[in-house]
Amino acid sequence: MNYDPQSLLGQATPRVDGVAKVTGAARYAADEVVANPAYAYLVTSAIARGRIAGFRLEQAMAVPGVLDILTHENVGDALKQSPPGPDGKPSTTTLESERIWHDGQIIAVVVADTFEAAREAAHKVEVDYAEERPAGTFGDEGTQTEPAEAPFGPNPEVGDAAGAFAAAPVKVEARYATPTQHHNPLELFSTTCAWEGSKLTVYEPTQFMHGTKARMASQLGLDIQDVRAVSRYVGGAFGSKGVNGRAAWVAIAARRVGRPVKLVATRADGFTTNSYRAETLQHVRLSAERDGRLTSFFHEGWELSSRPSPYCVAGTEQTARMYACPNILTRVNVVHADRNTPGYMRAPAETPYMFALESAMDELSYALGMDPIELRRVNDTQIDPVSGRPFSSRSLMPCFDAAAVRFGWQRRDPQPGSMRDGEWLVGYGCATACYPVFTGPAGARLTLMPDGRAQVAMAGHELGTGAYTAVAITAARLLGIDVDDVTVSMGDSDLPPVIVAGGSSNAASTALATAKVCEEARRRLAAAAVTAADGPLRGLDPDALVLVEGRLRHDGGAEEPIRDALVRVGGRLEVYAEHVPDGLPRGAVAALGDGQLLFQHNGNRSDVTAFAFGAQLVEVRVHRRTREIRVPRVVSAFAAGTIINPMAARSQFMGGAIWGLASALHEATELDHGAARYVNKNLADYMIPVNADVPSVDIIILPEKDERVNALGIKGIGEVGIVGMNAAVANAVFHATGKRLRELPIRAERLL
Amino acid sequence: MRPFTYERADGLAELARRALQTGQGQVDAEVQFLAGGTSLIDLMKLDVLRPRSLVDITPLAAEHGTVELRPDGLRIGALASMASVAVHPGVVEQYPAIAESLRLAASAQLRNMATIGGNLLQRTRCPYFRDPSWTACNKRLPGSGCAALDGINRNHAVLGVDTSCIAQYPGDLGVVLAALDAQVELAGPRGARRVPFSTLHRPPGGQPHVETTLLPGELITEVAVPAGAWTRRSLYLKIRDRASYEFAIASAAVALDLDGETVRSVRLGIGGMAYRPWRAAEAEAALTGKPLTEANAEAAAEIALRDAVTNGHNAYKPELGRRTLVRALLQARAM
Ligand SMILES: Cc1cc2nc3c(=O)[nH]c(=O)nc-3n(C[C@H](O)[C@H](O)[C@H](O)COP(=O)(O)OP(=O)(O)OC[C@H]3O[C@@H](n4cnc5c(N)ncnc54)[C@H](O)[C@@H]3O)c2cc1C
Ligand code: SF4
Repeated sequence: MNYDPQSLLGQATPRVDGVAKVTGAARYAADEVVANPAYAYLVTSAIARGRIAGFRLEQAMAVPGVLDILTHENVGDALKQSPPGPDGKPSTTTLESERIWHDGQIIAVVVADTFEAAREAAHKVEVDYAEERPAGTFGDEGTQTEPAEAPFGPNPEVGDAAGAFAAAPVKVEARYATPTQHHNPLELFSTTCAWEGSKLTVYEPTQFMHGTKARMASQLGLDIQDVRAVSRYVGGAFGSKGVNGRAAWVAIAARRVGRPVKLVATRADGFTTNSYRAETLQHVRLSAERDGRLTSFFHEGWELSSRPSPYCVAGTEQTARMYACPNILTRVNVVHADRNTPGYMRAPAETPYMFALESAMDELSYALGMDPIELRRVNDTQIDPVSGRPFSSRSLMPCFDAAAVRFGWQRRDPQPGSMRDGEWLVGYGCATACYPVFTGPAGARLTLMPDGRAQVAMAGHELGTGAYTAVAITAARLLGIDVDDVTVSMGDSDLPPVIVAGGSSNAASTALATAKVCEEARRRLAAAAVTAADGPLRGLDPDALVLVEGRLRHDGGAEEPIRDALVRVGGRLEVYAEHVPDGLPRGAVAALGDGQLLFQHNGNRSDVTAFAFGAQLVEVRVHRRTREIRVPRVVSAFAAGTIINPMAARSQFMGGAIWGLASALHEATELDHGAARYVNKNLADYMIPVNADVPSVDIIILPEKDERVNALGIKGIGEVGIVGMNAAVANAVFHATGKRLRELPIRAERLL
Repeated sequence: MRPFTYERADGLAELARRALQTGQGQVDAEVQFLAGGTSLIDLMKLDVLRPRSLVDITPLAAEHGTVELRPDGLRIGALASMASVAVHPGVVEQYPAIAESLRLAASAQLRNMATIGGNLLQRTRCPYFRDPSWTACNKRLPGSGCAALDGINRNHAVLGVDTSCIAQYPGDLGVVLAALDAQVELAGPRGARRVPFSTLHRPPGGQPHVETTLLPGELITEVAVPAGAWTRRSLYLKIRDRASYEFAIASAAVALDLDGETVRSVRLGIGGMAYRPWRAAEAEAALTGKPLTEANAEAAAEIALRDAVTNGHNAYKPELGRRTLVRALLQARAM
C-alpha cells in the first residue's frame, strides 16, 4: 500500500454524528420504531443459589394488558442453545431450567401491552424457592478455586524468581484487592425483536454486529441468513454489550405473542443480567538491586467467576512485560462462587492487575529511597522481558517526562505527609498505564458517487467512541476528499463483517479495512485512467497516481478531477476489500460473519510485542481531620502510535482517566455476604464521580510513529487511559498520609 | 409500581373535612400526600410504597410555600422548594446552617422539585428497605427482621438505633432543625397543632415501620425556627464520599454564641449516622461556659458519640463523627 501513516496524524475533527446525537436524531436500539410493539419486563431471582420450586402467576396474569409470562415451566425447548460466557465457554443459564446460579438471574419474562402493565405484573409474580446456602465471594465457605491459564498464552515465567527474590538486597511483598465493578453505560441494556415470517430482526446495542446475528441464529435454531442485527448507535458499552441471557427470550416472546417485543432492562437488572468486572486478590513480590534494577517479579492473581465459567483476565500477561526483569513468575486462579459470569470491562486485565504492580513499584521506590519515576526509568526497556521480542515502539519514559513537567513533579517532597495546604494533606502519585494492541479483520465496501462523494459501509460499531468519524477521516484522507464528502454506514449486520469493537481494536481494524478499500478504489481509477484512449493520465505508471485534493494526480504533475476519473469506470465505482492482520487465516472476515472472534495480539504475533503506554500523575488532598479524599489534578500523557482524531482521542483518554479515578475512590458493587446478593444496584448508591470531583484532567498526546505495529501505525486509545489511575491515586494517598492502602476503593474511613 | 388514584388538595379545610387516613407515619399507608414526589414516586417505582391513592398537596404552596423572617424567628412554608429556601437572602444571612444544609443536599434538579415538608419526611436510603426482594426488613415488613444488622451497613446509623432497625435518617436539613430547636406546625382533621421538631420522628422502638408521630390525615404546614444569638454563627458541615450530589457519611450542625473565647450557648446536631435528626444535648452542656478550645471540642465530641452502637461496616462512624463535630466547632469559632 502506498499510504503514509503520518498522513493520518490527524487534525481535530468534530464528530460527524455530533449534531444527530445532541438533537436526538441518532437512533439507539431502543429508539427503533417497530409496528405495534408489546413490552417485556424481567423477573429476576431474589436468591443466589437453589431452585425455583414454583411460580404463582395468577395475580400477575390478571393485570390488564398482560399477554404472556415466560418461565422455565412453559418455554419448552424454544431455546436451542444456551448463550456462552464472554470467552465463548459455558456460563450460567436463565429460563432453561429451575436452577438458580446467582442473584438477579432472569427467571421470567412478562410481556404486556404497555411497559407499565408489564412492570406491575412483574412485581406481582410470586416465586417459591428451594434455597441453598450460597457462597458469594472470596473467603465464603463453598467457593472452589482452580488454577487457570492466561487467555492469550502460557502464564509468563522466566528464570528463577524465587531464588532471585531470596537473594535480593531490597524487596517488597504485598497483597492487593480490587472490588466488583459494573460498567453502567448510560444507555440501558435493551433488546427489540421483530419477526417477519421466519426472518428475525433484532435491535440491540452490541459491540459485535455479526456476533449478535450469529448468536441469535444459534440460540434460536435459525438459519443465520434469516437474522439481521441492527445497532446504529450504542450509548456506551465498555465491554458489557455482547453475549447476554435476555435477547433470545425476547425473540421467543415475540414469536409467542405474534408481535414485536421491546425490552429495556432496568438499571438494577443491568447489574445482574450482564457481565461485570470481577473482584480480584493479588499477591506481588518485587526485588531489586540497590540501584533500583529489578531482579525478580512474582505476581499471582485470584479472580472471581460463576460456578460454570472459567472466565479470567489474567493481567499477569501484561504486568510481566512492563519492566526489564530477568526472573519472572506468574500465576492465576479462578474462584468459582454463586455469582453471574463476569466479563470484559474497560481494560479488563490491566485495570486490576496494574494496580498491584504499580502500587508495588511505588512501595519499592520507598524501600530504595528512589523517586518513583526514576525507578521506572531504571527498569525501562525496549525488549519484552518475557518473549525477548522488541516492543513495536515504547515511549513510556517520554510520557513520564512530559507529564512530570506539566504536573510540576519536581515540587514533590518525597517524605510522606510532608506536603500541606492549610487543613489539607497533599500527595503526589504516579503510575504507568499500558494497553496491548489488538487488531482484527474487517471488510469494507466503498462507493464513489459520480459527484466524487464517497460512501463507506461496514458493520462497525459506534459506541460513543467516534467510530463513524474515524472512518470518515481515514477515507477522506486516502481518497483526497473532504470529511464532509464521506458518508459512513455502520451498525447493521447486512454490511460487511467487522471485528468486535473491543480490546481498543476498533480504530485500527476499521481504519485498515477502510485504507484497503480506498487503495482498491485508487487502483481501479488509476488503471482506467492510464489505459484510457485519451485524458491527461494516459500511459502513465498507475502506481505513481495518488488521490489528493479531489483529483487523481501523477507525481509528475498531470492530474484530473476524481469526477472525470470516475466517468471512465462507469460514473460510479463500488469496491469491496478486506483487511486481515498478519498471521490470521485468509477467510477471517467470513469467519467473523459466522460470529467467530479472531484477533492479532501479542500472544499470536511473532515479530513484536505491541502496547500503547502512558504515564498518569495525580495530586490528592486528604483532609487532615475528617479524611475526605479529593483529587484536584490529574495529568496524563499517552503515546499510542497514529492518532486519527486528536479530539476524539483526548476525550477517550480523559474519560479513561476519570473512570480510573472513580475506580480508585468510588466504584464498588457491594455484596451482601450472607445472601450473595448485590445491594447497591442503582446509580445513587453505586458511586461514580460527579463534575465537582474532577476539577482538572490534563491530557498530553505524544506523537509516536510506529512502523511495526501495523501498516497505519495505530495502537488503540480506548482503554489505556484508565489503567494507571488506581495505583496513581493510591500512591498519592500514601504520599499524603503515610498510609499504604492496598484495597480499593479508597475511602475516608480507611484513613481515620 | 401499582395503579393509584390521584387527587389534588384544594385547601386545608377540605383536607381536614375529608379526614384522609394517610397514616403518615407508616410506610404501608394507603393514602399518601404527594409534594415534590422525589422520594415518594421513587419508592413507588421500586414497589416499596404501594399507596392506592395520592393526594397532591402542592396547591397549598400558595399559602404555605414562602419564607418569612420575623424578629422572633424564621417561618418556612412546608411547600417551599428546597432551592428557594437555600437562596433566600434572610436565611443565608441569619441562618447560614439552614441554607448550607439545603445547598449541599441532593442535586439542583431535585432541590427545584423537592419541598421542605417532603425533605423532612424523606425515607431512609437503607438498600434492604429500598428493594422489596429482600425479605427481612422491619421497616417495610413489620416483624420480618433486619437484613442490615449482618449485611452491608457502611452507611447505617450508630446513634438512636436498636436491633429492630439501624436505618439512617438521610436528610441534611433535619439535622440543623434539630439543633436549632425548631417547631413544626401541623394541620389535620382534628385541627392545627404545633410540636417540637425533635418529637416528629420516632425512635425505632421495635416498630420502625411507624416513622413519625403524625396523626392520620395530618400534614406539615410550616417549620418555625426560633431566633437566637447563635443562628448567625451557624454552619453545616457535610462529609461525603464525593464532592457533590451525595448523602452524608457524617455531618454536623453547629450554632454558636461566643463571649470572647467562651461558649455562651451552643447547639449541636449530628447527621449521617443517626436514626433520626439528632441533637447532642449533653455535648452542648459540656461545652457551655467553657472556652472553645480544641481539647474542649474533643471532649464534647467524645460525649456526643459515647452511646454509639456499631454493626461492622459502620464501625468507623463514631470516630468520623467525633472528628466532624470538632472540625465543625472549630470552623464555627473562626466564623
Ligand atoms: C438521588 C437523590 C439524592 C438525594 N440527596 C439528598 C441529600 O444529599 N440530602 C438530603 O437531605 N436529601 C437528599 N435527597 C432527598 C430529597 O431531598 C428528598 O427526596 C426530597 O426533599 C423530598 O421532598 P419531596 O417534596 O419531593 O417529597 P415527596 O417525595 O413528595 O414526599 C416524601 C414523603 O413526605 C410526605 N410529605 C411530603 N410533604 C408533606 C407534608 N407537607 N406533610 C406531611 N407529609 C408530607 C409524603 O407523603 C411522602 O411520604 C436525595 C434524593 C435523591 C432522589
Ligand atoms: S436497617 Fe431498618 S430499614 Fe434497613 S433492613 Fe433493617 S429494618 Fe429495614
